[in-house]
Amino acid sequence: MSVGETAVQEAATATGERGVMQRLFRRKTAVFALVLIVVIVGAAVLAPLVAPYDPNEQFFDGLTLEGAPLPPGPQFWLGTDLLGRDLLSRLIFGAQTSLIIGVVANGVAAAFGALVGILAGFFRGWVETVLMRFTDLMMAFPALLLAITLAALFRPSLWIVAMVIAMVNWVQMARVVYTETRSLSEREFIVAERSMGAGTFRILFRHVLPHLLSSIVVFGTLGISTTVLLEATLSYLGIGVQPPTPSWGNIIYENQTYFTSAPWLVFFPGIAIIALALGFNLLGDALREVLDPTQKGRH
Amino acid sequence: MSETSPTPQTDKKTVLSVRDLKTAVATPQGQKIVVDGLSFDLREGETLCIAGESGSGKSMTALSIMRLLPEPMARIAGGTIDLGGRDLTALGESEMRKVRGDDVAMIFQEPMTSLNPVLTIGRQLREAVLAHESVSRAKADARALEILRDVRLSEPEQRLKQYPHELSGGMRQRVMIAMALACHPKVLIADEPTTALDVTIQAQILQLMRDLQKETGTAIVLITHDMGVVAEMADRVIVMQHGRIVEDNAVAPLFAAPKDPYTAELLAAVPKLGAMAGKDPANAHLQDGAAAKVVEVEDLTVRFNLKGGVLHRVVSRVHAVEGVGFDLHRGETLGLVGESGCGKSTIGKALMNLVPWEGSIRVCGEHVMRSRTAAADRGYRRNLQMVFQDPYASLDPRMTVGDLVGEPLVIHGLARGQELEDRVAGLFRRVGLTPEQMRRHPHEFSGGQRQRICIARALALEPKAIVADESVSALDVSVQAQVLDLMKELQDEMGLAYLFISHDMAVVEQVSHRVAVMYLGQIVEVGTRRQIFENPQHSYTKKLLKAVPIPDPGRRRDAFEVPTGEIPSPVLPLGQSVERVRYVDVGNRHLVAEAP
Repeated sequence: MSVGETAVQEAATATGERGVMQRLFRRKTAVFALVLIVVIVGAAVLAPLVAPYDPNEQFFDGLTLEGAPLPPGPQFWLGTDLLGRDLLSRLIFGAQTSLIIGVVANGVAAAFGALVGILAGFFRGWVETVLMRFTDLMMAFPALLLAITLAALFRPSLWIVAMVIAMVNWVQMARVVYTETRSLSEREFIVAERSMGAGTFRILFRHVLPHLLSSIVVFGTLGISTTVLLEATLSYLGIGVQPPTPSWGNIIYENQTYFTSAPWLVFFPGIAIIALALGFNLLGDALREVLDPTQKGRH
Repeated sequence: MSETSPTPQTDKKTVLSVRDLKTAVATPQGQKIVVDGLSFDLREGETLCIAGESGSGKSMTALSIMRLLPEPMARIAGGTIDLGGRDLTALGESEMRKVRGDDVAMIFQEPMTSLNPVLTIGRQLREAVLAHESVSRAKADARALEILRDVRLSEPEQRLKQYPHELSGGMRQRVMIAMALACHPKVLIADEPTTALDVTIQAQILQLMRDLQKETGTAIVLITHDMGVVAEMADRVIVMQHGRIVEDNAVAPLFAAPKDPYTAELLAAVPKLGAMAGKDPANAHLQDGAAAKVVEVEDLTVRFNLKGGVLHRVVSRVHAVEGVGFDLHRGETLGLVGESGCGKSTIGKALMNLVPWEGSIRVCGEHVMRSRTAAADRGYRRNLQMVFQDPYASLDPRMTVGDLVGEPLVIHGLARGQELEDRVAGLFRRVGLTPEQMRRHPHEFSGGQRQRICIARALALEPKAIVADESVSALDVSVQAQVLDLMKELQDEMGLAYLFISHDMAVVEQVSHRVAVMYLGQIVEVGTRRQIFENPQHSYTKKLLKAVPIPDPGRRRDAFEVPTGEIPSPVLPLGQSVERVRYVDVGNRHLVAEAP
């Protein structure tokens, strides 16, 4: 049996990345999550091709005679908004905004948070005190208030919104990476490296960082859904992505007054946000299980 | 428990009868039988030892009897466990819960993990009593105090109010025994109960188990890898290998004339205290009388500050090492023995500049400086390397073992490319591995192979001396013997000096040329192997030697001559310091600390 086990492990080691993907595809929730994400990303990338109309065109026949938006029907599949624009097209183009924010803002937040966490966890002493007190301060500060303040200071645009979100969202990553680095740097193999004369950079980049990668990937993925939700919140509050550029958040914001008479205007963008958040959350959870070193050897 | 071998106790009634027990574990490759056809009878007041190396299925046997297997991953696949007329394999979980504690109780290796860290000892004991007896709370509390007295815990009233972390390992194991015996079970299963304890504390716990057995008549199933413990405790022994019984016999004949080759092999591999008596250690590199000093340590002191209070100020200090001095010569093994907390491992770390220290350390004549950069320390590290206790923990699990062994050469800029590859391959061959194994990861190797990898890694820089901190303690005896042989070979061949740090007196006797005994941060006795083991002078050395279990039932002692009580703490409040010992030479550089 030990021979068989070794063979399996060797195969897994040799295939590397493919091993992770294979294990991922064996989970139903992961496949479901990937389908959701692929559909949304596909729609965003191919928006000009798949969207039935221009998202900003106000159709003359997009409103009823009384000037009310149209419910879902054969011409406008998901109905129209209060300016007579096609809701489906706006949602598809809105996916672009949401994903750019999700990937860029979250990427910056993850990188910055990981850097702060590693430095604080590895060097200890005053570096740790300064960085972690700063992190605590950011954590205690109401994120939304900070985002509102920052958004008010700069003229809102897609990139500014992304940066604002990044500045709010790096904190969790920093704490997770900090805790892991601290326990890692006390592990015996790090002590053994020191006893051989390994320098700080070798220890950090050859021995600490590789162990953190799975956590960073998992938390980075989970963070995407938080980011998309925060973008929706900011846009809903009117300080996010500015009209007429569609984002899922500002579609809800623009149409909330018609919630009772035209519920589809809030319902469909809401569904889109939930689907994206759910997709990344499930993917993050699945990645956590697949990349967890304690799960290795069980396959 | 007398010196004569126990006669079959046919008059005593059988309390536990296991027949053809099979335990299966699910693995990705399918079902694996880890306990295969185990049968034994346990009589009242009897001690049955189940001995074997790791993976022999001895712990799985204990968990099967307790029905504590991690189902459905592991399950009982067949056989019966008859306890007082009931088949435990047929009982439901709720019935089984009543059996546990009432009829069978279990104690584990690590008492800290078996106790709830956030509840007081008193509360946990009370709950143990209430779970099985319907008595009032006050009665249960009184009972808790009574059972703590039964296990001879000092200041029992005080202990009831304490939390597990406030107690030492030995005290915690006493509490676990108290809890296990609270309801007078018929059978006590002890799974490596003293493995995590120091020898003097181990002797106390073993003595306690014997005393309690005499008083209560509880039958004990003692699971251990330590043949010394087996010889001291067992009436009957079952030796297991790969889930099967290879030998089942009364203790005296088993040790005197093992029938199975595996048992014989196991017994032969056990280092026996006193086995080297009368033999002078040979050191090919010492014979000219003036071998070079490789490591010189003078007045080494290591103290750690403990912060506390609201202001987080230094309130006390751990005096881990206090004014220790010794020399290590070329081709020599200096054994450093002592119990946990005596500072022996701290000395190893100080030598490697891994903890802040004071005093003077010279390696091959070069002074080691404190708090320098990694680059500045590389010079002396080429002459001094370290092998750690746990070979798995000290290897980065994400790197291939070839990269790990080659890493010191890369760090020190000594080899690259093809030359690096060749030198690593050479090191692999040198420690008895094949170069083909270089591409694998540490988890694909066994414990002994991993320690070989660690040794290869330490050898990569061709050091003059190696600090071996409990380097064979985590290994099975047969593997331990092989690794010790390898270390000896390397010493003879390359003139390596070892600072051999260990708690195991028998192993130290086997490998050392000279021995230093540490107690509370100071060396209390130092001399040649024969001086220390054949003519111990300091009271602590004598106590240590007496506490070691002897793997020979013929030399079993009725009572361990160990004073009760705990080792004093090396933590002192600020301002207080440890009184330095002074040495007397009792002849031939055999130095002994004067009695205070």
